[in-house]
Amino acid sequence: MKAWIAFWSILRKDMRAYYLKPPNISWGLIFPLAWTLMFFIKSDSAVDVRSLLPGVMALSILFGTTSMLAVTVTFEKKGRSFERLLLAPIPLELLMLAKTSGAVLFGVANAFVPVVMAAFVVDLGGVVWWQVFPAVVLIAVSSTFLGLFIAVSVSEVFEAQTFSNFFRFPMVFLCGLFFPVANLPVLLQPLSYVLPLTYGADLLHGGVNGAARMPVILSFAALAGFCAVLFLVSLRNIRKRWIY
Amino acid sequence: MNDNVPAIEVHGLTKRFGDILAVDVVDYDVRPGEVFGFLGPNGAGKTTTINMLTGLARATSGTICFFGHDVTRNVKSVQHLMGVVPDESNLYPELDGFENLCFCASLYGMGRRERDTRARELLEQFGLAEVGRRKFSAYSRGMKRKLTIAAGIIHRPPILFLDEPTTGIDVASARQIRQLLAALNKAGTTIFITTHYIEEAERLCNRVAFIVDGRLVRVDTLANLVRDVQDQHMVQFTLSGGAVDLSGPLHEAFAEGQFESVSDCVLRMRTARSLHLAPLIRFLEEHGVGVTEARVIRPSLEDVFVEITGIELERMKKEKEKGGRGS
Repeated sequence: MKAWIAFWSILRKDMRAYYLKPPNISWGLIFPLAWTLMFFIKSDSAVDVRSLLPGVMALSILFGTTSMLAVTVTFEKKGRSFERLLLAPIPLELLMLAKTSGAVLFGVANAFVPVVMAAFVVDLGGVVWWQVFPAVVLIAVSSTFLGLFIAVSVSEVFEAQTFSNFFRFPMVFLCGLFFPVANLPVLLQPLSYVLPLTYGADLLHGGVNGAARMPVILSFAALAGFCAVLFLVSLRNIRKRWIY
Repeated sequence: MNDNVPAIEVHGLTKRFGDILAVDVVDYDVRPGEVFGFLGPNGAGKTTTINMLTGLARATSGTICFFGHDVTRNVKSVQHLMGVVPDESNLYPELDGFENLCFCASLYGMGRRERDTRARELLEQFGLAEVGRRKFSAYSRGMKRKLTIAAGIIHRPPILFLDEPTTGIDVASARQIRQLLAALNKAGTTIFITTHYIEEAERLCNRVAFIVDGRLVRVDTLANLVRDVQDQHMVQFTLSGGAVDLSGPLHEAFAEGQFESVSDCVLRMRTARSLHLAPLIRFLEEHGVGVTEARVIRPSLEDVFVEITGIELERMKKEKEKGGRGS
């Protein structure tokens, strides 16, 4: 019970100190808008907003969560305020869940910004929300844990940004966000299936446009597996590197 | 808690970073209610020792006991018993003083009403009530230090670890912090303090450990440590007439004495027995150096430290102030 007081307090502090700051809120609004506009400008014909929606949602989550978590944790580690958390009498697992929960909520909120925007220009009837919502949450969790993995691997804030891009930009092209994995060169296709976003994007394509290529249960299981592995590897790395 | 059981007991504590031995088979205990000082130069292993005791580092070998329980592999289980004040103020710059204290209290499971009351009480006690709603980033260095100490004791821990608590802050704040620590100790808190200010250790500590290159060279009470040099006679001369290096001629003329230039115009002499000063003053004057004051000096912990470790204190202070974190 007492550990949960710490959990809520860490979550609330992070939301106030980082995620609800005006620059981050504006990031959540501008990012999906910029991506959608890019497709409008690039395309000669009318753009099918609904077909773009899953990709834009997934990118909003990916960029929002990985950036925020990797940067905030690295910032606190550098300023040594993270030591304060490590010295608190709460299990490391709960501590890291508290630190990541803010980013997960931020990612989920970011994902629905393009949905709200799209609702003004297209009919969103027929979207399978029971599939879309858990998919969004799992994408947010896996991306956040990827951010945590990045944060534990670097020591400077700028390294967190550059190392994040090492994972994020290949994902943009390899995960079937805007064109199917099947259209990729054969040699690159296996790489797609070791990236969590491939399964998340497929779930979103299925939920929004009924265009999933993999069984829903497989994609959910794969995403959950990535979440577990990334979290456990990050915890192991924290114990190894930060409690030296 | 049983007063006969040490608050902290360490046996064969060792920490190795690759080939570097940072802490080399250290043994000591800290008794409940005492102020235990850990003294040593930069890189001696002070911070590494604190980190092992508080759970921020793992011991390579050895055992750590808190109140008689071996917690070497699970320091987390006793983290609620300790408050930690690191050598740098590490609160959250974007939160104000009151919020910082409340946040730290919540990490120890304190409920809202309890933490609000305690935070207000500490802000008052540390003279920060008027700046309680100011962001931590806008605090002066002394205020930051005081708030960091307040955060360390927010949950009323029976043991408080302080790493260089007064380094880099103004004299008035340092004095106030020493008074607050003395009051905490009087109220029953066991204090483990690392410092390179010998005079601070002398004022606050009951027992002191000297650590050099990761090895504990001496652990004893202040009285016992000073007793070793109490038989020495020490006189300090304040000189006028310019800085002339007379150490060679002085040694030749007064073989019984050991001479040390403390600064350009201060000379210190140690002898095993009392000595007539008139010939020495005459000797100095014959060499063009006037003596404006001669003062008998009581041997201090500083003299013990220099004698045991061979480390010059001025160099140690300068190294620390140049900004290195502890080791």
